[in-house]
Amino acid sequence: MTTATCQHCGDPILAHSDGGEGFCCKGCRGAYELINGLGLKSYYDRRVLDPEAKALRPDEEGAVIDYRAHIIEEDGGTNTLYLMVEGIHCAACVWLIETALGRQDGVQQARVNMSTRRLVLKWQNEGLDPNQVVAIITGLGYRLVPYDPCLLNSENEKGERELLKAMAVAGFAAANVMLFSVSVWAGYSQGMQDSTRDLMHWLSALVALPAVAYSGRPFYRSALTALRLGRLNMDVPISLAVLLAAGMSLFQVINGAEHAYFDSSISLLFFLLVGRYLDRRARGRARGAAEHLLGLNAVAVTVINEDGTKSLLPPDQVHEDMTVLCAAGERVAVDGVIIDGQSDIDTSLISGESVPVMVRCEDQVFAGTTNLSGPIKIRVTATGEGTLLAEIVRLMEEAEAGRANYVALADRVARYYAPVVHVLALVTFFYWLIPGGIVWNEALLNAIAVLIITCPCALALAVPVVQVIASGRLMRQGILVKTGTALERLSHVSNVVFDKTGTLTLGRAELINQDEFSQEELELAASLAGASKHPLSRALCRAVPHIAIRSSVQEVPGCGLEADGVRLGSRAWCGNVDAPLSEGPELWLAVEGKEAKCLKFADHLRSDAKDVIEKLKSRGYGIHLLSGDRVEPAQKVANDLSIENWQAGCSPRDKCDALEKMDHSLMVGDGLNDAPALAAAHVSLSPSTAIDVSQTTADAVFQGDKLRPVLEVLGVARKADILVKQNFGLAFAYNAITIPLAMAGYVTPLIAAVAMSTSSLVVIANALRLSRGKLS
Amino acid sequence: MKSLLYLIPAMLFLGGLGLAGFLWALKSGQYDDMEGNASRILFDDDEAPLPPEEKNNE
Repeated sequence: MTTATCQHCGDPILAHSDGGEGFCCKGCRGAYELINGLGLKSYYDRRVLDPEAKALRPDEEGAVIDYRAHIIEEDGGTNTLYLMVEGIHCAACVWLIETALGRQDGVQQARVNMSTRRLVLKWQNEGLDPNQVVAIITGLGYRLVPYDPCLLNSENEKGERELLKAMAVAGFAAANVMLFSVSVWAGYSQGMQDSTRDLMHWLSALVALPAVAYSGRPFYRSALTALRLGRLNMDVPISLAVLLAAGMSLFQVINGAEHAYFDSSISLLFFLLVGRYLDRRARGRARGAAEHLLGLNAVAVTVINEDGTKSLLPPDQVHEDMTVLCAAGERVAVDGVIIDGQSDIDTSLISGESVPVMVRCEDQVFAGTTNLSGPIKIRVTATGEGTLLAEIVRLMEEAEAGRANYVALADRVARYYAPVVHVLALVTFFYWLIPGGIVWNEALLNAIAVLIITCPCALALAVPVVQVIASGRLMRQGILVKTGTALERLSHVSNVVFDKTGTLTLGRAELINQDEFSQEELELAASLAGASKHPLSRALCRAVPHIAIRSSVQEVPGCGLEADGVRLGSRAWCGNVDAPLSEGPELWLAVEGKEAKCLKFADHLRSDAKDVIEKLKSRGYGIHLLSGDRVEPAQKVANDLSIENWQAGCSPRDKCDALEKMDHSLMVGDGLNDAPALAAAHVSLSPSTAIDVSQTTADAVFQGDKLRPVLEVLGVARKADILVKQNFGLAFAYNAITIPLAMAGYVTPLIAAVAMSTSSLVVIANALRLSRGKLS
Repeated sequence: MKSLLYLIPAMLFLGGLGLAGFLWALKSGQYDDMEGNASRILFDDDEAPLPPEEKNNE
């Protein structure tokens, strides 16, 4: 039998799918109909451009955001909405979104930027409801988060553009000046007249000087800042060499001298700018993920006024002692005490506990948790900065501040390298001036030659090139490296610390004792479960799909579901209080007149978790498990994966404290309760299913249901570390040969230029070895 | 040698033209989305929003 695949997402269709013929789920069917209805069926042909791409499965449980609050009105009656789009993976997605939006009446412009995953939507002021327009895109499975462009038009983007401009100018100038120089070198052996040579030199000056002034600014600025703080960095010798070489060459040309160094100074700038631009670009996309954080505060709060009316207020206008209503399925936005209603609260964000907690009157709830089953009224005790959520964020920032002290290897090298270079140049100058007995400008020329030849061209490329290639390799496997020093820090790791829920496990419950039930019983249970958003109900529906929901189902908040004398819910509500406790979460099914039966659930481990842990152990890493969950589930996971060092019931602070005692730890975690630990660890990794705060805090984010990226990222980091060191070795070897030559005054512009380019190419070629092949 | 008098300015001019073109492209935002634009050219239809009656015909 051939497996049928879903017409929308291309995944195989399982038996009992609830999407009807040809679809794997209702969401896909809806999306397919929507695309067809808009006449955009060619989307499915376009998708062939990237065979790996699959359409998204629309999320059936998506929260509703009111986009009207985020409209920016511009002159001339144009409204603009800035949105981040999650789920774009190929050009067909871009086409689908743009065309689907463009076909709505009144929409003027819909433009998606594929690199930054941002959407700009413009329309005329004609009573168009943005929520309706945007609902089409969410119906296709993309997730949208509004963002504020003023906050985002960041320094980074401007910086990247400036580097690109500087690079273009330097490239143009370097190419032309090099042509003049070749003419001069060629002419030198063929008896070129002095006047022609001078003309060439003047033309070089004409092109090179403005370019040096313009393109060098990123270096001069950084060098000046370092000098002002009384420090030396790599940019100081670079700036000094470039400016001295250009200035000195001008002086030489005015005096009609034989040699000029314009070509060296400008092509040095060009090479360095290439390195710097690549370095910045590699991290450009990863940064986008961090910016999702801005979407977190987009939830409005329903406040019940004293006269009983309801009003929607932005979170910052809610005060203590107000009464807030939180509907089922909504996120709690404040800390408070329940004064009416009972419900189940998903606290996984705060505590890491995977099973929802039952709450009723007088119980405390915290901002960031999700209300699952019934509406509750909350008397506010803390908002904004006062909440537990904010406390966690503060803890995280504290921890992060500690890590900011890490100095990248390149900077550490520069700290020693720069003074040495300057001393060598100075020694050369005085040696030639006094014992050498030559005129000052010739002596200075030799000193400049030393500066140029030692110039950290290879050295400056050594680190960025390796990092760019390593990041590229990791990105192809769905791992985004966000911070510049992350790879370096990863190479030092000796302890790997895992969180449990959502990291070692997939973070969603699955039914495990299906075979203890008859098919009728399962279908009965599923027909009730379909009415609820409780994670265990969803799990039951996944296990027994394609069951119609009963019409008469009543949800009793904090207890469970009831219909026609059948109950599905908690142990206390459904009957058998005395039955032995199960290891994981459970649901009880009680049919009138029969004994209640227990449906057991478990959060499955990631399929390759055991394998990965074993490999990590065999490579000599210490493995730890720090979980916020209860002792039993944590112990079970630790036993299954044979992790000896484990700790359950950890608060965010406990995790930080535990990490402090370890040296060079890699923290892998996903929840908000892990965020401070992610910040406190030497280096950190998050799955892409993690919440935004964790993704922002982590140094790298990985996608997919496998744990293998942890191995890969450690392997690549080790290899990258070796290559960086080799590159430094190559750069130093090159210097060891050329510096004496330069000090001895043998370096002509030709040798300087050739030597410089060769050393850069060697470094790049060495780094390229990382792009392919297996890691040992 | 006289040809140099024409060739050098011509070279600088053409090179400068290329540079100016690049800077213009950069300024007009053509480098903002390298990935998107690379695939965008493969879409051969520049579809304007269809009027409602045509939508039904499709």
